[in-house]
Amino acid sequence: MTAITLQPRAARASRTGAFLRSVPPGVKLAALVVALYVLAAVAPGVLQPHDPFSTDLDSSLLAPSLQHPFGTDQSGRDLFSRVVEGARQSLAIGIGATALSFVIALVLGIAAGLGPRLVDGGVNRFLEVLFAFPTLFLALLFVAVFGQTVTTQIVAVAIGTAPGYARIIRGQFLQVKGSTYVEAARAVGHPYPRIVAQHIFPNAMRPLVVMFTLGVGQAIVWASGLAFLGLGVAPPSPEWGALLDAGRNYTTSAWWLEVMPGLAIVLFALSVTVVGRHIQERLEGKVKVQAL
Amino acid sequence: MAATVLKRLAGAVLVLWATATFTFVVQLFMPGDRATMIINTQAGNLQNPSPEEIATLNERYGFDDSYLTQYLHYLGDLARGDLGVSYNQHQPVTEIIAAQIGPTIVLTVSALILAWVISLIITVLATGRDNVWSRAATGFQIVTAALPPYWIGTILLVLLAVQTGIFPVEGDTSVIGLILPALTLAIPLSGFLGQVTQDEFERVLEQPFVTSSRTRGMGDLGVRLRHVLRHAVLPAVTLSGWALGALFSGAVLIEAVFSRPGIGGILVQATSGRDIPLVTGVMLASAVMYIVANLLVDVAYRYVDPRLRTA
Amino acid sequence: MSAPLIRLEGLRVAFGPTEAVREVSFELQPGRSLAIVGESGSGKSVTARTLVGLTGGRAQVGVDRYEYLGRDVSALSDREWRKVRGKEIGFVTQDALVSLDGLRPVGKEVGEGPRLHGWSGSKDELRARVVELLRDVGVPEPELKARQLPHELSGGQRQRALIASALALDPSLLIADEPTTALDVTIQAQVLELLEATRARGKALILISHDLAVVSRMADFVLVMREGEVVERGPAAQVFGDPQHEYTRKLLDAVPSAHSRGARLSPSSAPRLAVVPEHRTAPAGEGPLLRARDLVKSFRGPDKLARTVVQDVSFDLARGETLGIVGESGSGKSTTARLVLALETADSGVVELGGRAWSTLSERERRPRRREISVIYQDPLSSFDPRWPVERIVGDAAEDAAQVSELLDLVGLERSLRDRRPLELSGGQRQRVAIARALAPRPSVIVCDEPVSALDVSIQAQVLDLLADLRDELDVSLLFISHDLGVVHHLSDRVLVMSEGRVVEQGTADAVFLNPKHDYTQRLVAAVPRLGYQREQVAA
Repeated sequence: MTAITLQPRAARASRTGAFLRSVPPGVKLAALVVALYVLAAVAPGVLQPHDPFSTDLDSSLLAPSLQHPFGTDQSGRDLFSRVVEGARQSLAIGIGATALSFVIALVLGIAAGLGPRLVDGGVNRFLEVLFAFPTLFLALLFVAVFGQTVTTQIVAVAIGTAPGYARIIRGQFLQVKGSTYVEAARAVGHPYPRIVAQHIFPNAMRPLVVMFTLGVGQAIVWASGLAFLGLGVAPPSPEWGALLDAGRNYTTSAWWLEVMPGLAIVLFALSVTVVGRHIQERLEGKVKVQAL
Repeated sequence: MAATVLKRLAGAVLVLWATATFTFVVQLFMPGDRATMIINTQAGNLQNPSPEEIATLNERYGFDDSYLTQYLHYLGDLARGDLGVSYNQHQPVTEIIAAQIGPTIVLTVSALILAWVISLIITVLATGRDNVWSRAATGFQIVTAALPPYWIGTILLVLLAVQTGIFPVEGDTSVIGLILPALTLAIPLSGFLGQVTQDEFERVLEQPFVTSSRTRGMGDLGVRLRHVLRHAVLPAVTLSGWALGALFSGAVLIEAVFSRPGIGGILVQATSGRDIPLVTGVMLASAVMYIVANLLVDVAYRYVDPRLRTA
Repeated sequence: MSAPLIRLEGLRVAFGPTEAVREVSFELQPGRSLAIVGESGSGKSVTARTLVGLTGGRAQVGVDRYEYLGRDVSALSDREWRKVRGKEIGFVTQDALVSLDGLRPVGKEVGEGPRLHGWSGSKDELRARVVELLRDVGVPEPELKARQLPHELSGGQRQRALIASALALDPSLLIADEPTTALDVTIQAQVLELLEATRARGKALILISHDLAVVSRMADFVLVMREGEVVERGPAAQVFGDPQHEYTRKLLDAVPSAHSRGARLSPSSAPRLAVVPEHRTAPAGEGPLLRARDLVKSFRGPDKLARTVVQDVSFDLARGETLGIVGESGSGKSTTARLVLALETADSGVVELGGRAWSTLSERERRPRRREISVIYQDPLSSFDPRWPVERIVGDAAEDAAQVSELLDLVGLERSLRDRRPLELSGGQRQRVAIARALAPRPSVIVCDEPVSALDVSIQAQVLDLLADLRDELDVSLLFISHDLGVVHHLSDRVLVMSEGRVVEQGTADAVFLNPKHDYTQRLVAAVPRLGYQREQVAA
């Protein structure tokens, strides 16, 4: 047997420096991009070359240039500034939907993972049924039943993505529950609630932080998909999905109206994925791809 | 064998019943009075419908019956292949879906095949080699797996149809017109399937039986094709049932990008018009597809993994 | 003297900055056997793979001279190597159980070599040849087995089939890399016999093994490797009978067996217990400390059929005694351990601990008494919460966290390791932490489930010495479970032999192992490879 020996903790001199050196440049770049998005959401003015709402019909539908990096829309508004402006609402939708999705998934997953076998069986069947519906369709069903508002959009995305998370969380709990170290704690004579609190919870929940980060990127993609279909936040809001919806009629004449907001979404989702995967790899070695 | 088939079919019917029940229960949560809502959506504005109008609708859709009666009616109709009547189009849902589902299924299945081809080629040629191409392939898969399909569609449309005119811009149902939409759907899926397959491929490449084959004089490509590939595709085969469902829903977005006929148009319209029978009808259709796909996956799995046949 | 079959001079292999193999040289005559022994990380397997040009993509390989059958093979391309592999050199890979492709019929695997090297006959002839090959290596019903998948064959049959595939093209040299790992001892003996028979038919054999006893039986010449270097070489009789290098002597001393009973296995310079704390165990009751009576346990398999894993097992364990339980895989020894620990509930039968009811208690009643019995697992790493440092792992099991330092001293762990997490420890250190944790509640019984089987022989020696010292000084009883007869004989006072869930024989260790009564025990004992040369005898 080969022992895997890592660096002893004491030997980690000048930890920040060593940490920065150990992060690949691609990941650093991605982290920088995520930081810019956060800045756009918190203080959009810092990044905006123009007023995102002032119309100027003389400069409508201009292609991207140095003056207007993302071009202008049919009312002559600077698209880049509008994308920056939309960051706050888009990120809020993404974070809100992911948070809600996690709450649902945690309730189901923990009930199944820690509860009696009967509950686990029930939850598991329920999840199997939900898996027969694709994420987008679950979201659409919800929008159809409850009507079309920003809240429904958030809840719809949350419901669409929750089954996948629930299954992963259930798996986490079952795996930790069946581990030898939990058995070892039983053999020492600790009561079960203490074992749940000390071993099962912390270990099962450990991957969730990273999962959440990745989830926000995916949630924004799903939410923008709904908006793209005209079922989310509606124009003239600068929310990214709404920008996509507004640009749909211009695909053949002014491609940037569709491509640039999409790029903003893609860049965010990708950067979050790269950063998230890197953290995950650091925490637990090679990442296994999972279906959500 | 016959017993296994019967068991499978019974399982499929059970899942179908459960999905139908789920969609039925969800619509009971609809806020407000359903009859009023239907009248309002049809009229396109808010009005106060007369009690007679409401009573007529309640009579037609049986909204006054107890939930249990409604449920039993719904299941009974479903057993006869009747998905109800669309609130807005006043046609049987089954007819509307039957008329539109063809192009969507063609698109979905071609996308799945295309995704498999792309991911297999990349996996066999690039996995486990320490070179630029291998890293580029991994990067490509991570990136594409994260891309929203509507955006890929837009890019392909702008680059290959609008700017260069190689492909028809939109609304074309010919084989040529199928290429871009199918590619659009296939690219993110190929990234996902590719990552799963590549993970497994890398793991299998390190297995003792692979080394064992090399010691008999098998070359690298031979090892990859004859031994490793078969093991490595198993997880992706399992996921293909799920993937087909995801593609089916992705097709809704892609049909919107390319203005293709198909189920997407009706579903979007039905969703914004809150045409519940039509929405649930499409969902059940996709559930049926998911079930059928998974039965096929089972068959495919047995074909790839002979251990299941002898067990 | 005829020309050597293989002549290797100055082999060097490096993976990046790590040198895995340094300056390895040897010659081997046709029909003779050479063994390369060493612990993990010694470079023995890398050397073996390099001999057929399969070192691996990232390795840098250098060699002064490498000739095979008088031909220079030091600079072959991979394409040229493919013509040599399988045809001129047969290779049996590690891990017998997973070395055949699980998705292909066994016959296809055996026939792969001939097909790759231009089989001239028809498909039917190849099929007939495959059956013949399988029959030659002693696979029963070869026609049927050739059509079956690997998982339908037993472990021993799989390893035989693998050897058949390596012999398919009648190579002059067979290289076997740990050919018996993961095999039960009786199967191991059969496989070794088969290899010996192959050599007797004129094939040269290079055997790679960590097991000195296996090697001593099989080899004409021996290379002992450590950290990439050959530290000792020579005829087997000389290396085992009169070892020159200190490391070889250490390795030989570390092998536990009947002869080593009561003696220390690791170099005697290591101190015995540094401190002996007060070890207060539960008050002694009447009779044996642990009493198991008529234990029965069955599990339902995936096919819904109940399989009885433990059948009518009874035994006593006295205070301060070590009871060994030996058996092959599937004999029910680990399940017995779990029943004793009350981690599993028996279908029938009772366990009493300290003269009082134990298995019949409710978990709530049992919990406060769990301190009386503790456990050491085979894989310590998986038995530790990965987030916890050593201090917390050990402290969690102790009544008082202040005892941690004392416990670490007791098991010979430096106090500076107390902040490390399990992943940051070596295999031997991990098992010491596991022992410290098992001692922490001051138990009267410790159940050891294969505690040393994942360790290299020199680390195993240290851990066994530690266990023996603790038992002697602290007056704890050990229930010691192992598949390794040598280990059990070395440590145990009395022994229980289990087979297919039943106790087939029990008695004092010497009685059972030196004078076995039951058939099964006799076969088991006969199958154990022993060091073929006793140093005293050679010296005399």
